[in-house]
Amino acid sequence: MTEIPEHLLKRAQEAKAKAAAKAGGAGGDAAPAPAAAAPADAGEAGGGGKIPAALLARSKAAREKAAGGAPEGEGGGGGVATAERPSAGATVAAATATQAPPLATGPEGHTQRLLTVVKAGSIQDVKARPTDKVHTWPHLLVGEFVASLAVTAFLLVFSAFVNAPLLTLANFNLTPNPSKAPWYFLGLQELLALFHPMVAGVTIPGIGMFALMLAPYTDRNPSNRPEDRKFAICLFTVFLMFWAVLTLMGSFFRGPGFNFVFPWTDGLFFEL
Amino acid sequence: MARALERKSRSEALAERLSKLGETIQGSQAWNSIFRPGSIFRKGYTDSPRNRSYVIMNSVLYHLHPVKVKRHAVKVSYTLCLGGLSFFLFILLTVTGIFLMFFYRPTAAQAWDDIYNLQTAVTFGLLVRNMHRWAAHLMVLAVFLHMARIFYHGAYKPPREFNWVIGVILLTLTLLLSFTGYLLPWDQLALWAVTVGTNMMGYTPVFGSQVRFVLLGGVEIGTDTLLRWYVLHVLMLPFVTVIFMAVHFWRVRKDGGISGPL
Repeated sequence: MTEIPEHLLKRAQEAKAKAAAKAGGAGGDAAPAPAAAAPADAGEAGGGGKIPAALLARSKAAREKAAGGAPEGEGGGGGVATAERPSAGATVAAATATQAPPLATGPEGHTQRLLTVVKAGSIQDVKARPTDKVHTWPHLLVGEFVASLAVTAFLLVFSAFVNAPLLTLANFNLTPNPSKAPWYFLGLQELLALFHPMVAGVTIPGIGMFALMLAPYTDRNPSNRPEDRKFAICLFTVFLMFWAVLTLMGSFFRGPGFNFVFPWTDGLFFEL
Repeated sequence: MARALERKSRSEALAERLSKLGETIQGSQAWNSIFRPGSIFRKGYTDSPRNRSYVIMNSVLYHLHPVKVKRHAVKVSYTLCLGGLSFFLFILLTVTGIFLMFFYRPTAAQAWDDIYNLQTAVTFGLLVRNMHRWAAHLMVLAVFLHMARIFYHGAYKPPREFNWVIGVILLTLTLLLSFTGYLLPWDQLALWAVTVGTNMMGYTPVFGSQVRFVLLGGVEIGTDTLLRWYVLHVLMLPFVTVIFMAVHFWRVRKDGGISGPL
């Protein structure tokens, strides 16, 4: 049988008691009911036998049904539950009752009845789990503000002391030795010294960029935990180190003629 | 004593008039047309969960941030602020770049002199140029490190695959922005660094010489190249970058905020 939540049972019982009390109070002119027929209800109402006969009959029938008809109901409906709870007196009443009065309507035309309780879990699938969240203001915005202030301050101070390079006017007839690309292309320039220009200047960086873009489509591992992604992390670290080493080589270890030098003996050939 | 009392009452009267003026301004139509209902500038700010939401909800920041974010997402140790700082550096570069544009003409005859004058004759010219230069290098670094951070956190995995692709495009755009700016001072460093860089692009298979011609606006670097790279640097690449950034930030929110925790 379907489990009826505690609060619904309680509510049903309260409503019943209230209705009974009301009927008991208002039914002064009603015919006095046989008190023996419903000892439990009489005690609840506290009115001392002033319950209308129709109500008594109805509750009796209900009790009867709950006691005697429960197996039937289970076999037929399965999920149908009545709001009334079978009481101890029901079995006594059921023994004496022979014929149930019509249940269609009560004295005031009440027809509602709690048929079943469907729990939320069975009809709606909740996908979003509540996550631990904080307000963007102040928790995120303050951090962003501080970070941007710190960077601005750093840049301001750094710029006050270190000047951007401005060499002499561009001269097509005077090639500086060495001629170097901006630092983020020095890895490429380093490759250029090792491979054929088409391989170093176009093929390797092109494939590198393309492979980088395809990373989320080639890496099918759904986990983002470092211990599950050892291969991916190794591969990317090798990739990063490859470029870092090339860039450092091109920046600091290449001198005139793009020949190999040691910065601590031959000096720096590097401009930002 | 009496004078002190009088002064006190006068200052009280002044305070009262000031607060009344404040109320008049805050009740005016102009003020209320500027600040949306619920804005903290209408009602003042006292710290409460509702007002914390209103700060975001009733300001333009709502385009960038949701009202609430995951708790781990505000940890500096998780993001290292790298994405946000890349964006901030972009803004800083825009501001300093606009300043520089007032003093710079992109022709071979004038470019170097303009930079030289900017450094020697313009108030704060040297400082702003330095900031622009260093912020540019820092931005390349920040974007690159941001990419590394994303990879190590596995943040490119579904549903964020496409945002990673946009991120790689943004990295390329950042490099191009920096590289096009490199030529503009028109000094020996600029000329020869760009010569080396564009020579590399000239090795593109099949279309090599055409690619180089389009990039340089001629067969050799010259005043046409300067104009071309200037327009790319101050207008076209920032425009494209802003569009990609808008999609990037939008996708961050649509894909459920930043990734993690691990």
